Amino acid sequence: MSKRIEVKDLNVYYGKFKAVEDVSLTIEPRTVTAFIGPSGCGKSTFLRTLNRMHEVIPGASVQGEVLIDGKNLYDADVDPVMVRRQVGMVFQRPNPFPTMSIKDNVLAGVKLNNGKISKSDADHLVEKSLKGANLWKEVRDRLDLPGSGLSGGQQQRLCIARAIAVSPEVILMDEPCSALDPISTLAIEDLIEELKAKYTIVIVTHNMQQASRVSDKTAFFNIAGTGEPGKLIEFDDTTTIFENPHVQATEDYISGRFG
Amino acid sequence: MTIEVQESTQAKAPGRLGDKVFSRSSLIAGSLILAVLAAVAIFLLAQSLPAFLADPADVNDGQGFWVYVIPLVFGTVWAAALALAIALPFAIGIALFISHFAPRKLAQGLGYVIDLLAAVPSVVFGLWGITVLAPAVQPFYTWLVDNLGWFPLFAGPVSGTGRSILTVAVVLAVMILPIITALTREIFLQTPRLHEEAALALGATRWEMIKVAVLPFARPGIISATMLGLGRALGETMAVAMVLSPSVIISFALLQSQNPTTIAANIALNFPEAHDLGVNVLIATGLILFIITLLVNSLARMVINRRKAFSGAN
Repeated sequence: MSKRIEVKDLNVYYGKFKAVEDVSLTIEPRTVTAFIGPSGCGKSTFLRTLNRMHEVIPGASVQGEVLIDGKNLYDADVDPVMVRRQVGMVFQRPNPFPTMSIKDNVLAGVKLNNGKISKSDADHLVEKSLKGANLWKEVRDRLDLPGSGLSGGQQQRLCIARAIAVSPEVILMDEPCSALDPISTLAIEDLIEELKAKYTIVIVTHNMQQASRVSDKTAFFNIAGTGEPGKLIEFDDTTTIFENPHVQATEDYISGRFG
Repeated sequence: MTIEVQESTQAKAPGRLGDKVFSRSSLIAGSLILAVLAAVAIFLLAQSLPAFLADPADVNDGQGFWVYVIPLVFGTVWAAALALAIALPFAIGIALFISHFAPRKLAQGLGYVIDLLAAVPSVVFGLWGITVLAPAVQPFYTWLVDNLGWFPLFAGPVSGTGRSILTVAVVLAVMILPIITALTREIFLQTPRLHEEAALALGATRWEMIKVAVLPFARPGIISATMLGLGRALGETMAVAMVLSPSVIISFALLQSQNPTTIAANIALNFPEAHDLGVNVLIATGLILFIITLLVNSLARMVINRRKAFSGAN
């Protein structure tokens, strides 16, 4: 199911402003890759180019190539809608659809694009996805209640269930725990560890302990100053980044000596 | 210790006067609206009481009040419902176009035009209905009756002037379009970006995003906007009075020259010549209109409240 992502010389723009410059990296299938770096360094922006969510913002554009199993996402004949079905996303703040029940939230993606699903298949998929997101036991009795009635951590796991229900190949997570308490964060981190067996996962985080706990590889992004584009400084195995980084800026950042 | 702190901050807390002034003035504003509404209701009740108490033989040429008012109630509701059926799809379409499809500059211009439309007085719409719309649609009405006359709504004989209830409904629709459009546009624009992005990230097309995230979020707002539009259509006087030559009938036919009229238009047309009990009867019809509006609004509230848990407000 999971696929390799290759990024080649990617530049990302908001209008004329270059937000991210010259990023090239390769993400292996069934790994967890963490993006770390200071606020505004373009790591979230870069993440959103991997499922073409960046271009949703008016004036935003991308130069370069993102290859998933050799196919460039930005080729003229590629439909962004199909890209997003392949590459799921979990956002910073939990965003289940407030007007839908827990069950309908899980099925929301499946029912798009004229997708039809029989009732028994639907029930099966809901159970499977919620179990996959470690949420089944907590919500099995209230599947028809609104998703917005859950706690923040449960809502975020509901969003993960919604994302995996459409069986994507890659899951992008944009600071998925930044709005959650430590217990819920732990639950999500355990879940990432399990999801790794099936999916390629890319996670943006501000929490360096989290990056070192969950990821196999870590990419450190940085900016030279305000108004400058963000750049990929170092990309390596997580242990190397945290114990023996090759670039001084990386070491400064992870050791807290960052000015 | 904590109590002490609380007391000292309370004693020193600045801005208490502002709080008091604000809470009083909002209380007064709130009560004022209730008082005005109560005054109107009392006026209507008091003035219409004679019409209800009078001997039915003295009202409406001996036929009684209810025979008089029921065709008017029908006409009012029928014309307003037709207008709403025409206006609502357009209003939602225009609002969606402005909020989610149009380029920003065009959207702004369109917004101004719509707001301008809301400022046109209803007499002007009435004039437009008589002099422009009615003659223009008459050939179309003739065609409808000739070809689709078997369908009860389009039954003949066709009105020779084009001044039928359908023309009125179109005029009313144009009148309520701006208010519904303006309100729904505001609500569509307030859809949380997070929910729109959630839909897009699941692989929704633009229309699916609107279906999954925008419309359900906007549902209570659409209902409220519709009720405001409906309220205006129910109470609209001049446009209806000018376009229709009234008759007291109950008929669903859209294109005939005999059309039911509305309560408000009927009051406007007959009030100048009414005297004694006649005045009370007209005011009593006004009371009925008041009650219809109240019922419609309560119904809308009920619909909104029924799915409160799913509104996203929590």
